[in-house]
Amino acid sequence: MSVEAAPTTATPAPSKGEVQQRQGVRVRDYGILAALVAIVVALSLSTDTFLTQGNLVNLLDQVAVVGLLATGATVCIISGVFDLTASASLALSAIIGVTVVQHTSVLVGFLAAILAGAMLGLVTGTIVVRSGVNSFIATLATSIIYRGLAVVVTGGAIVYPLADQAEQFGMLTWPSLFGLTSATTVFVVVVVVIGLLISATTFGRRVYAVGGNPEAARLSGIRVGSIHVAVYMISGVCSALAGLILASRAGSAQSSMATGIELTAIAAAVIGGTSILGGEGAVWRGIVGALILTLIGNGFNLLGWDTTYQQVVQGVLILLAVGVDRWLRRRSR
Amino acid sequence: MTSTPRSTPRQAPAIAVRGVGKSYSGVSVLRGVDLDIAPGEVHSLVGENGAGKSTLLKILGGAIRADEGSLSFDGDPVALGNPRDAIAHGISLISQEGALVPALSVLENVFLARWSNRAGIARPKADRRRFDELIELTGFDVDPGARVDGLPIGTQQQVEILRSLARGARVLALDEPTAVLAEHEKANLLALIRRLAAGGTTVLLVSHFLDEVLSVADRVTVLRDGELVLTADAAEQTPASLVRHMVGRELDVLYPEPAPVPADAPVRLAARGLSRGIVSDVDLEVRAGEVLGIAGLVGSGRTETLRLLFGADPAAAGVVSVDGQELTRLSPRRAMDAGIALVPESRKEQGLVMMRSVRENVALASLGSRRAGPFVRPAAEKSAVEQVSRSVDIRAARSDAAVETLSGGNQQKALFAKWLARSPKVLLIDEPTRGVDVAAKSQIHHLITELAADGMAVVCVSSEIEELLALSHRVLVLRHGRPVGNFPRGVDREVVISAAFGDEGEQP
Repeated sequence: MSVEAAPTTATPAPSKGEVQQRQGVRVRDYGILAALVAIVVALSLSTDTFLTQGNLVNLLDQVAVVGLLATGATVCIISGVFDLTASASLALSAIIGVTVVQHTSVLVGFLAAILAGAMLGLVTGTIVVRSGVNSFIATLATSIIYRGLAVVVTGGAIVYPLADQAEQFGMLTWPSLFGLTSATTVFVVVVVVIGLLISATTFGRRVYAVGGNPEAARLSGIRVGSIHVAVYMISGVCSALAGLILASRAGSAQSSMATGIELTAIAAAVIGGTSILGGEGAVWRGIVGALILTLIGNGFNLLGWDTTYQQVVQGVLILLAVGVDRWLRRRSR
Repeated sequence: MTSTPRSTPRQAPAIAVRGVGKSYSGVSVLRGVDLDIAPGEVHSLVGENGAGKSTLLKILGGAIRADEGSLSFDGDPVALGNPRDAIAHGISLISQEGALVPALSVLENVFLARWSNRAGIARPKADRRRFDELIELTGFDVDPGARVDGLPIGTQQQVEILRSLARGARVLALDEPTAVLAEHEKANLLALIRRLAAGGTTVLLVSHFLDEVLSVADRVTVLRDGELVLTADAAEQTPASLVRHMVGRELDVLYPEPAPVPADAPVRLAARGLSRGIVSDVDLEVRAGEVLGIAGLVGSGRTETLRLLFGADPAAAGVVSVDGQELTRLSPRRAMDAGIALVPESRKEQGLVMMRSVRENVALASLGSRRAGPFVRPAAEKSAVEQVSRSVDIRAARSDAAVETLSGGNQQKALFAKWLARSPKVLLIDEPTRGVDVAAKSQIHHLITELAADGMAVVCVSSEIEELLALSHRVLVLRHGRPVGNFPRGVDREVVISAAFGDEGEQP
């Protein structure tokens, strides 16, 4: 009989259990920020070069690409889906952008790239929602298609803007406010907008609800499919912007751009503390994760460590972050 | 407690249960159960939904751990909550949810993890010979090569029984085995049970079908609200006497008295010819201020009917209307727009987003009514949530605490609050007080009565017949997805239960 033995929830004893739980939540909430601060302090103390304007500008320029992708990945993961198309969408939309630049102007081309990113997200989202295939698999397949289309469009060649557009095409590397690069400014603005969208709007509430319990969300009148399509579009726009930054830096775009970076983005989201199970997390966490990953690379350079070990350290860090998260969760249940 | 003389078993009982009790979140589901089952006996457990039958079986199988009491098998005391002891004593639990590996064949499942082998190399032919012996014993007709996930439920159950026998089960515990079987399959299973018992296997049978229980069992135990109220020889009992023991409790909760429905109250919710899956051709009407209770056994289509009314599942046929307006292409959104709300059966699976805060959960169904452009208006939300939370008396340390940290009763109140924040015209409630402590239960009962008195139309499904009868102005009984009775307030609960079980001719 299904009715019997409804163990509903294991409710902790109100007194001691709840106190422990709250502490667990607090450590989990801000532990990762403490880790970031610790790395910053360590690098500041151990090197003379870390706290120089040049290094910080460079660092924030570097973090822009992974940070944008981590933002898209975080939003998707909160809503309970993965987007493995991120790097393929990045390449394809950058290529579309450059192609449009060749025929019109740099600004129109950039807008076209962003639009292309949104449209690719729309297609990915529709495929995931309509097919009902697990998002991990569906977006893996879709990413191969996108990467293939990028090869088709370019014929495998590198695409450049016209010679007289080249200087303006590099605009995202130009300095802007406070001496930061334009790429950093774009990144900060986009992250703030998406952060607000997720944390302060009714749309954001629905994203969390869909990720936390899709059936409860549906029975509360939320269109689960539409929410998923929307988060893929957000992720697509983030990918396109990251693609433009890379293209602007390189002065070109090609079909093999940023291969595999979607996994780094997911790693950043997870390091930040966004639950892979959905329904929990925050955009700022993805950024913290991206910063930590970037700082490790930066630290290796500044300290003159052998960078061949860098990936080993990053991998260990990801395991640590997820392991500690799981441990805190189990302890608090 | 009705005490009945038992025959003292000569040898050690196959199963001896002493003082076993179990509770979840402070809600007791089993209390002080003492039971001896002799080797080779067919013993049946009966009781209403929620009486504790499945819990007792799971405790015997070690799947869940009793809070108190002791168990011994074949005279050996065993640890509680340890499936290994149960397995070592040949106790095999066959539950409603199968434990088969879907992608493997029948043969592989029957000998799961105990395949014949020589030095690790599988010997399917040896397994096949063992399989044929089991088939001869049971008389089942099962293709050993078929993949399990392609088989009908009844056949899957046979595979589980074969596996238990292959493992040398000496006690077979069957949880409602016939609920999913066709008539001739039932007859075969009952015959098999007798044969196994004759061969010395002890059989524990949980079933809703009282005739079948009395025809096959040596002795019968009745549980009611987690207490053992009767153990007797099956020959001395009739379906009527069992029903009497199943329901015969005194009122232990003081229920509020519902306000009478005004004579001129308009029909709020109506459904005609509602059908899908097991639900066939359900008509119902609920007036403003009225509470309609839907009774029936598990699997009778109660929950399914509520879900159809809310558009949670699309109906194959039939129409739902609110205030005379027919709702086309019904979906949860459309139902909500028309003023319908559904408090679903499982707050964990369907109702709440467990890791999100109380505030977010309560606000979730009415986000659109407190926004400035795309933004949530935090102050408006806070006061709205506080107001509705106060009205249902949610006791949470903080409104930003995750809802999973709340007690079952407060979670259930949060679920009500979520829908009351929309001020619905029609409230559909599936199991209003499941897994809720006594105090919260009483609060929820008063809440439902007050909402109806204020003019809401309420449809309530509950497995607790007491509760249903106390809250409802009218009770609709479903059996196999069809309405089989529509009783006014004050109907005798045995009449309702008999209608649900389908033996109206034998009312006690």
